[in-house]
Amino acid sequence: MIDTIDGTPSEERFYLVPLSERGPAPSRVVASYGFWLFLLSDIIIFSALFAAYAVLSIHTDGGPGGAQLFNRAHVLIETSCLLVSSFTCGIMMISIDRRSTRSTYCWALLTALLGAAFLWLELTEFRDMVLLGAGPSRSAFLSAFFALVGTHGLHVTLGIAWLIVMMAQVATLGFRPMVMNRLLCFSLFWHALDIVWIGVFTIVYLGVHR
Amino acid sequence: MLGKLTWSAIPFDQPIPLFTVCVLLVAIACLLTLVTFKGWWPYLWREWITSTDHKRIGVMYVILALIMLLRGFSDAIMMRAQLAMAAGNAAGYLPPEHYNQIFSAHGTIMIFFVGMTFVIGLMNFVLPLQLGVRDVAFPVLNSVSFWLTAAGVFLINISLGVGEFSRTGWLAYPPLSELAYSPGVGVDYYLWSLQISGLGTLLSGINLTTTILKLRAPGMGYGRMPVFCWTALASNLLIIAAFPILTATFAMLLLDRYLGFHFFTNDGGGSPMMYVNLIWAWGHPEVYILILPAFGVFSEVIATFSGKPLFGYRSMILATMGICVLSFMVWLHHFFTMGAGANVNAFFGIATMIIAVPTGVKIFNWLFTMYGGSIRFSVPIYWAVGFMVTFVIGGMTGVLMAIPPADFVLHNSLFLVAHFHNVIIGGVLFGAFAGYTYWFPKAFGFRLHEGLGKGVFWCWFIGFYLAFMPLYGLGLMGATRRLQHYSNPAWQPLMVLAFAGATVILLGIVLMVVQLVVSIRRRDRTRDMTGDPWNGRTLEWSTSSPPPSWNFAALSTVSSPDAFWSRKQQRTAIALPLRSITVPKRNALGVQVAFLVTLMGFGLVWHIWWMAVLGLVSALAVSLRNAWRVDLEETIPVSVLTAHEDIHATRVTRI
Repeated sequence: MIDTIDGTPSEERFYLVPLSERGPAPSRVVASYGFWLFLLSDIIIFSALFAAYAVLSIHTDGGPGGAQLFNRAHVLIETSCLLVSSFTCGIMMISIDRRSTRSTYCWALLTALLGAAFLWLELTEFRDMVLLGAGPSRSAFLSAFFALVGTHGLHVTLGIAWLIVMMAQVATLGFRPMVMNRLLCFSLFWHALDIVWIGVFTIVYLGVHR
Repeated sequence: MLGKLTWSAIPFDQPIPLFTVCVLLVAIACLLTLVTFKGWWPYLWREWITSTDHKRIGVMYVILALIMLLRGFSDAIMMRAQLAMAAGNAAGYLPPEHYNQIFSAHGTIMIFFVGMTFVIGLMNFVLPLQLGVRDVAFPVLNSVSFWLTAAGVFLINISLGVGEFSRTGWLAYPPLSELAYSPGVGVDYYLWSLQISGLGTLLSGINLTTTILKLRAPGMGYGRMPVFCWTALASNLLIIAAFPILTATFAMLLLDRYLGFHFFTNDGGGSPMMYVNLIWAWGHPEVYILILPAFGVFSEVIATFSGKPLFGYRSMILATMGICVLSFMVWLHHFFTMGAGANVNAFFGIATMIIAVPTGVKIFNWLFTMYGGSIRFSVPIYWAVGFMVTFVIGGMTGVLMAIPPADFVLHNSLFLVAHFHNVIIGGVLFGAFAGYTYWFPKAFGFRLHEGLGKGVFWCWFIGFYLAFMPLYGLGLMGATRRLQHYSNPAWQPLMVLAFAGATVILLGIVLMVVQLVVSIRRRDRTRDMTGDPWNGRTLEWSTSSPPPSWNFAALSTVSSPDAFWSRKQQRTAIALPLRSITVPKRNALGVQVAFLVTLMGFGLVWHIWWMAVLGLVSALAVSLRNAWRVDLEETIPVSVLTAHEDIHATRVTRI
């Protein structure tokens, strides 16, 4: 039965039709759905790296293991930075929903700074390890460690760059639907990085072989 | 300045590649001159290269696949010729290091740039039309995906004339593919070209999955989706789940080769067998990424040419989704000989036998669809019947090798080579050709020549059996794969027979070209005026051939899987009121990014770091500039839609 021009049922009958039969979804749904799928694929990249780490974490080739190298207090501060940045990112999304430019900028800045602090702490950890002679080419365990944690760090770096670009878009293009869709995708991305980090924290740092 | 690149990279001392490159360069130069001389550049640029129309992109994918089929087949017939000659004291004409590059390039190109490219091209072209919508979910991204695939193709073909290609087989197992044993640029060409095209594949998997799940005509619930859409959904879900594993695995190998990591090396605690596990965790689903859309094509073709609805629609969907899930649970059967232990091997052997069950269900569904139907023996159904016969044989030999003790005997033998060519040629390629013939009139508005099409089929069909049945025998006689020379003269007659088969396939390929040329020249005789040349069942046949850029002037409501068929049965010509449509504008982002990424890949292969950085940074800059574009869509007014619909309606009623 055709009710309206596009073949979609009229509004009062619309909700009687099952979701799968309502015709093409609105662009906001399509964009975020596609991005969800992208995040899933990204998480599969991490799963492969996690699997490699799980296999290789005991392959230290006579070199230092995680117990000698990891400083849990350091990692705890690092983790807190990232988790709090997810919270500030959430507040930023609320500001965006309220179309409040200034508060969006403030929370975005805080999110980016916390992300940068996380990166700084990660890089100092990497530097200390390399200075101890425990760089990625020392053993298969360290290769897997640097690849897994480094890939996450690369994602955080890209996330910060993306956030800066998005603020420039808000400044120049305003809160139009295109920009709003991208901000929504950014926030999904940023939260996904947290989820991956929880995995890193648990498997790499808490699950260290003693 | 130029890294490892010197004049010695050009193969001046090897006549075969040098000659090939010269012929290719002359051919490309002639083509470019022709295009320039005729003044076709603006048209090509506006209507094809920068097009965001899923139909145009789909057609370009298929053209790319057909061109790469020529390249991959040249490699194949060179190998068959070598093996027909190189018995006993004869050395053949290909030196071992060149032969190794040829079989590596053949496998890589046939899987990634013929199989994948063809299948994605068909899905791109058909899906939105079958779903009754106007485009894919992300049209600009679609163009980027295509051009990234093209960039991978470009990079892999540069290796023909600059440097060398990988000699490590199509999956580049370490430790052979590590820097210690493959210090040349061959493996780097392999890795970067597949990383770039793999990104394109992943993006198109995301794009098409979103399209199927979120963009369907009103009324098209999951139980009313055409079977091709279902198999495409399963295939694209597998792309999303499997391709990231490939990307990660190649990234690890690249880290080993470029930065001295120890993932898969012999020293430093690396684990080469981990690579084999990871690559097949992608590789086995990949087999189903290729074959599932082909199953979809056959389902459409068999239902259409039998004039009946598909038998067992629901069981077909269940079988498809069953295969989708099970395909992740069988990867270890590629290396039973690794020594994982009897219990592990038994698990994967049984899982492999189980996955044959849904495939068997499908075969019976197709047979029952044909049973009692009024079958029209046109070219697509030739491919479908040829497929059923051939694929069953390939499936049986597969199940045979799923028994671990049998596999210990047959592992890495020509029996295995015969098996996977049996399912890939008899399944994927026959499916691709069936789809090519079936949807050609939809894409171009005229049919392909029928008689020549049957000739093409018979050449491929007979050629396949001549070329690969001897390989089963040779495998049982003890011949292993990737041999450049053999000392047992008893193998030679079968090797010569296999070469004869390859020449029959060559005849089939020549006939394909002839068919295309003849069909284009005589297109006025086979014009498709109604948009429905085969008395089709699904929505793609309800619009004109070729469809307008907006596909459908109005989205009609769907009430059965054979939506167009039931509309024809009811004889209800619904005149929907029209409203102006927004369609995406053309966008050069895809081709620009692909060019710059190719530059990056070339720089990385040859360690020309400035070029790599330049390519990457400019690709990002171009994408950023595109992010500020707000005029990405244009509106098509009702007057244009009405004019097009009126012409189409007049043609339909006149017939």
